[in-house]
Amino acid sequence: MNRPVPLLLLGLLIALPLSLLAGRVWINPFDPHTANAAVILLQLRLPRAVLALCVGAGLGGAGAAMQGYLRNPLADPGLFGIAPGAALGAVLSLWLGAGSVWALPTFALIGAGGAMALLALIAGRDGGVALFTLAGMMIASLAGALMSLAISLSPTPFALSEIVTWLMGALADRSWRDVAIAAPLTLIGLAFLAATGRSLDALTLGEVAARSLGVDPRRLQWLMIAGVGLTVGAGVAVAGIIGFVGLMVPHLVRPFTDRRPGSILLPSALAGGLLLLVADCLCRIMPLAGGELRLGIALSLLGAPFFLALLLRMRKGLV
Amino acid sequence: MTLAVENVSLAQRLASISASLRGGEVTAICGPNGAGKSTLLACLAGLLVPDSGTVTLGAAPLSSLAPQARARAIGYLPQTPEIAWDVSVETLVSLGRLPWPGASGAEEIEQALAAMDLDALRQRPISRLSGGERARALMARVLACQPQWLLADEPLANLDLAHSARLVAEFRAQAAQGAGVVLVLHDLAQAMNHADRVMVLDGGKLVADGPPGEALSEAVIARVWGVKARWLGEPGAMALALPA
Repeated sequence: MNRPVPLLLLGLLIALPLSLLAGRVWINPFDPHTANAAVILLQLRLPRAVLALCVGAGLGGAGAAMQGYLRNPLADPGLFGIAPGAALGAVLSLWLGAGSVWALPTFALIGAGGAMALLALIAGRDGGVALFTLAGMMIASLAGALMSLAISLSPTPFALSEIVTWLMGALADRSWRDVAIAAPLTLIGLAFLAATGRSLDALTLGEVAARSLGVDPRRLQWLMIAGVGLTVGAGVAVAGIIGFVGLMVPHLVRPFTDRRPGSILLPSALAGGLLLLVADCLCRIMPLAGGELRLGIALSLLGAPFFLALLLRMRKGLV
Repeated sequence: MTLAVENVSLAQRLASISASLRGGEVTAICGPNGAGKSTLLACLAGLLVPDSGTVTLGAAPLSSLAPQARARAIGYLPQTPEIAWDVSVETLVSLGRLPWPGASGAEEIEQALAAMDLDALRQRPISRLSGGERARALMARVLACQPQWLLADEPLANLDLAHSARLVAEFRAQAAQGAGVVLVLHDLAQAMNHADRVMVLDGGKLVADGPPGEALSEAVIARVWGVKARWLGEPGAMALALPA
């Protein structure tokens, strides 16, 4: 049952063209004389919008899969340590001052891949969820510590400022090159996550009952590593750390589905894309002295009260 | 078709157990706490791999079956079930059809809901069910798969008298159609009343195996449970009146 899908598709159909028109320079579609309209649309706003959809869909889909896999409504894609791993890669590239435009995303993807490999190596042969999660938390903690070390030993104030700014997450000044990096990896990752649907449904009944229903825990673990790794790794590589999307989006769509983890995967991916597209557009048009509001900051500001509301609802037994 | 264990041992839990279970029979596994009942059931379900010995389904080792093929053949109800998301009863029961991708399963789901008297509750979220209603929904989930083997760990524990009788009748009906039913039962009276065969475990060893009257004799009960008790009913007969 996927009732929210048509609605979300409609929302995307409306939001995408509108988001292209909004920004520091407003483009009137009925006035063909706006200066540089074609360049602004095709080289600045369209890649940015496509990137928002990619990164948001990846984070939303990964968040839904993580919550289903861990059977926990508070789970977030960051828990597996893949986002911190990718961020560590990116920080190292800035720290080393790697000059090529490909360096940062490449380093970030290597970081994500390293976290995935470490996770696969540590995780138990029986595919147990608890050990796997602890391994992810250890990797996240290690990557966080190494990032702090890199920041504290920053070679120049410029590198320090670049690292801190990048860690805040944003989609400003991105190009088709970033889309070419993120889109294929995100799509492949989402395909892996889509393949987990039935197994995640079975996990609703716990690990033992899921195995009795034919779930192969090792296969599921591999699909999760590949799916979350590719979507989150690609997202961090092009946009930095953008928190709370993976946590919030599944909760927003769950009430409109039959609540099976498999049935919220697609709506979460669509809603994640829509949320990031709208949020990025609002960041762009919000009047703020000294540039635009960083997307990562905006979503964290939105996410923290959401998280609190979620905790209060859980206390009342409503989640 | 038989489901058999041969010399199955599992560290400190099961010691060289051999038994061949037949389809068309209701077998009860009894024993005191920690005897290894649930462990043996999990081995029979293919969910625990014994340290030594083999578990076979028909002629094939259970471990050689693909997980999905095994799931279609053997339905399993764990002792401590959990339900992570607040799904409706109907959605929960439909999870039983997961081993059958591609098949709609609507008819089997309806049959399972009816068998567990859940028609009126089908849209209700799990969080708003009583313990007994939840137990019925979880059992219906196993029935919806229509496996050749039904393995259930304490399936009658939370049920009221009427629904307990109804579930027993369902087990008997399944056995009459050729399915093998294996139940871990704590209550010896239930085993006496409802099983064709009783296996008694003690300290991981199979100490008695046979018709209820023999396997749960006064001497066995005294030796295994350390209690002097005697069955006053008629072995093998149904003590409960079943709904028509």
